[in-house]
Amino acid sequence: MTMTRRQLLILLPAAAIAWDSILAGTPEASPNYEMAEHWWAMLIDITKCIGCGSCVRACQLENQVPDGYYRTWVERYHIADWEMEYPKVDSPDGGKNGFPPAKEAGGKNFFVPKLCNHCADSPCTQVCPVGATFISPDGVVLVDQKYCLGCRYCVQACPYGCRFINPQTNTANKCTLCYHRITKGLTTACCEVCPTGTRQLANLKDPKDPIHEFLRTHSVQVLKPQMATHSKCFYNGLDGSVR
Amino acid sequence: MAAEPASIRPSRFWWNTGMKILQDTGHLFRVAAVFLVGFVAFLVLRSLLVPRSFGRYGHYRANAITEIAALPVHYAGHQVCEGCHTDVLDVKSKGVHKGVACESCHGPLAAHADDPAAVTPAKLDTRILCARCHQENLAKPKDFPQVNAPEHSSGAACNTCHQPHSPAMNVGVAQ
Repeated sequence: MTMTRRQLLILLPAAAIAWDSILAGTPEASPNYEMAEHWWAMLIDITKCIGCGSCVRACQLENQVPDGYYRTWVERYHIADWEMEYPKVDSPDGGKNGFPPAKEAGGKNFFVPKLCNHCADSPCTQVCPVGATFISPDGVVLVDQKYCLGCRYCVQACPYGCRFINPQTNTANKCTLCYHRITKGLTTACCEVCPTGTRQLANLKDPKDPIHEFLRTHSVQVLKPQMATHSKCFYNGLDGSVR
Repeated sequence: MAAEPASIRPSRFWWNTGMKILQDTGHLFRVAAVFLVGFVAFLVLRSLLVPRSFGRYGHYRANAITEIAALPVHYAGHQVCEGCHTDVLDVKSKGVHKGVACESCHGPLAAHADDPAAVTPAKLDTRILCARCHQENLAKPKDFPQVNAPEHSSGAACNTCHQPHSPAMNVGVAQ
């Protein structure tokens, strides 16, 4: 391809403008949303969970999560008697299709829904070598799919096993707390479909959010508090055997 | 070696010495020039290659946040459903299923909300649907209504007797 000097002089500014728009990136998607007014969290009431797996199915459909990978999943715990250190845990297909009848009668049985804890001091964001994962100013741990190298450091760093490598993109993937929904005034897909109200999205910066009353009046625990991750998934009725 | 003539002035001596130092240090200036050119090239390339939003909030690309926020929504949310299906809302709000969102059973239907004529919800099989929640299981809370579905209905669909939107028996029979 040959090009005259005139053509080149016309093309160069056009290329510069195109490159400039690439650097500038996409414009704001939800103009009415103010990041500074939000600090997102989730409330999970274990005493209400029926293990129907609606949350797992909804998450998969909302976020196109590949089969066999889970941004959220439900575990069933069985503790025979006093041996709290040895719970029997199962989660067939992430609990997506419910749970088969219990193999052993008796004991203590309950469901625990799990997802990214959106820690305020998250180990996963600290290990990223390229700045591809971060805590957003409104408290959601996100992955920049364009920057992620797929090095798996963050997958190993998460104490809760909430991250995976998406086999389609070879980048780290995880719960975004349905960031594309909560910034539009909707709740997350899992909270939307939860039939018993086990899961509730909460904005800790909103003094009128019912989570404040709930936290004041219930014995609430986070997963692995000894990890000092400052998890923002608050569990009501969490048994000591859950890890 | 002959002795220096005593007639040389001190200022001449300093001039000669100064020139000699500069003569030996020319290569240092060339090295410094190479480093300077390299540093300027680094600054130019960096300004071109690093996205402008990188570092706005922290050590990451701030535009990644807006990109994630712009992803498409699949679950419309029950408020959207209730905007049109007020008749169903009237039935549902009186029954025990009042807290269950529409898309919890009917599936993601944002496409239907956007274009109700083009996308219609699939018919549901209550034998599968109701059992997802109400099939008895030891791990479910004791106060949650549970049945052994095959035994309970002998294979009949649940909506033979129960109206799913308000499933108490007396409401269901009257439908």
